[in-house]
Amino acid sequence: MSDHNHIKLPEGSIEKTTTTLNLGPTHPATHGVFQNILELDGERIIKAEATVGYIHRAFEKIAERRPLYQITTLTDRLNYCSAPINNMGWHLTVEKMLGIKTPKRVDYLRVIVMELARITDHLICTSIVGVDAGAFTGFLYVMQYRELVYEIYEEICGARLTTNMGRVGGFERNFSAAVWEKLERFLKEYPKAQKELEALLVRNRIFYERTRGTGAISAERALNYGFTGPNLRATGVDYDVRVHEPYSSYEDFNFQIPVGTTGDNHDRFMVRTEEIWQSLSIIEQAYQKIQSFKGAEADVYHADVPEYYLPAKQDVYTKMEALIWHFKIVMGETDIPPAEVYQAVEGGNGELGYYLISDGGRSPYRLHFRRPCFIYYQAYEEIVKGSMLSDAVITMSSLNLIAGEMDA
Amino acid sequence: MPLTNEIVQSRLTEKFGDVLTGWEAPYGMLTFSAPREYNLKVLNFLFDEADLAYRFLTDLTAVHYPERVGEELCVVYHLHNLVENHRIRFKVYAPVSQPDVYTATGLFSSANWMERETYDFFGINFVGHPNLKRVLNVDEMDYFPLRKEFPLEDQTRIDKDDEMFGRG
Repeated sequence: MSDHNHIKLPEGSIEKTTTTLNLGPTHPATHGVFQNILELDGERIIKAEATVGYIHRAFEKIAERRPLYQITTLTDRLNYCSAPINNMGWHLTVEKMLGIKTPKRVDYLRVIVMELARITDHLICTSIVGVDAGAFTGFLYVMQYRELVYEIYEEICGARLTTNMGRVGGFERNFSAAVWEKLERFLKEYPKAQKELEALLVRNRIFYERTRGTGAISAERALNYGFTGPNLRATGVDYDVRVHEPYSSYEDFNFQIPVGTTGDNHDRFMVRTEEIWQSLSIIEQAYQKIQSFKGAEADVYHADVPEYYLPAKQDVYTKMEALIWHFKIVMGETDIPPAEVYQAVEGGNGELGYYLISDGGRSPYRLHFRRPCFIYYQAYEEIVKGSMLSDAVITMSSLNLIAGEMDA
Repeated sequence: MPLTNEIVQSRLTEKFGDVLTGWEAPYGMLTFSAPREYNLKVLNFLFDEADLAYRFLTDLTAVHYPERVGEELCVVYHLHNLVENHRIRFKVYAPVSQPDVYTATGLFSSANWMERETYDFFGINFVGHPNLKRVLNVDEMDYFPLRKEFPLEDQTRIDKDDEMFGRG
């Protein structure tokens, strides 16, 4: 037994009555790369410390050297569960800076894409909460419809996950017949899958007991911690960027902002679930509005901004002006005006802000992303203190922590 | 009466006088700056006054202007009054030689990581911060990467040896 004398243990580690547990960086429960160092007394958490930065990619630095249209690809990789919202948010920021007014049809097309993205984002989160509570089946029911939404993205822009969708001023091409066909199928079939997921989880005794009262945060603390989006609304604060500062013609739509009361895991789940229904309704309204465009208006899919909107390839080959614009845009020779602008959109997780400073060069002088995930994750240490380890896992998934958005 | 840029500006000038400078409103957002030792006084005033009540810290970041001698680093606060739905932007400048700025963590818990991030990338020393260490970069890093003295590689450079990339 005395052979073990060479093992050097940290001072006091034998007498210590608590256990230190590393939840992450690569742990199935984190659903992403970040770490929680938990101090456990039995199964109860007495202290938590969150560590992030494992997939930091220096996007803000890289953006300082890229022309505007190349920054769209960086935004894809923030919240990769709802990349189109990030793309549209970036285009809106640039359009605000340049004073570009987009046609109504473009706004409505964007609304469709953004709400589809919100649904995919929320359906991942809600079904993963189920998975972490031990119910895997519902996840599979809705996942096949995420696949359908990704097919719609694919028809629109050619990509699925990191979409790089749209251009400054609109979309790169009009929505094809296949997009509308798939969208109709989604609107027709998805409610059934969503109802199945809800039938499995909502008012399910086990799920209810696991989520109710765990991971709760008060409205006051949530605001102080900079919560936004569904996590803030679950506490009872009805702040939604789509309503407070409408962008992309959201003011034309009729929808409700669901709120919770207690800000616990159950309320977060319910708020997201209800938002999925609201998003479906918004998509339907947008679809109706788009159907009502007639004649030349029905083919509009971008604003007339030749300095920033990449022309169609067949025009580049046949028209002098298009060739010039193509060359200037691709070579990044278009200088942007000096400006300081903040634009926010309602991302899947909350207020996704773009703070852009330009000094008149070809690329931003400084670009900062306000990532909702990064800001509200710091509350995790406070939320899980005193709770059980298994509740902390559900709290993590119901907060919808996306490592890409945290680390930028 | 809804909050407007004019009301906020007059309330602030009434309280702080000439201390606040650089009034402008790019794209409609009221922007102003103060000497860095005033940052907490201004933030507190904006937080506490019932008619202002800027109690939501939307964003906190910094910008580096190497050519502005003596005020190279700029800390930017985006504040939001959620009830009136009004946003303002507040800036304080600090010299790069001694980038000390008081922490806002006493007012906003959300400032904790945002200040750590700002420290991480710009080296702003937030005086009084409970846990000022790097958050996204590795702890061993000994420079502040978003400062302008670290330029990204010039994309048009021609001194590269292309042979290794099959273009030689």
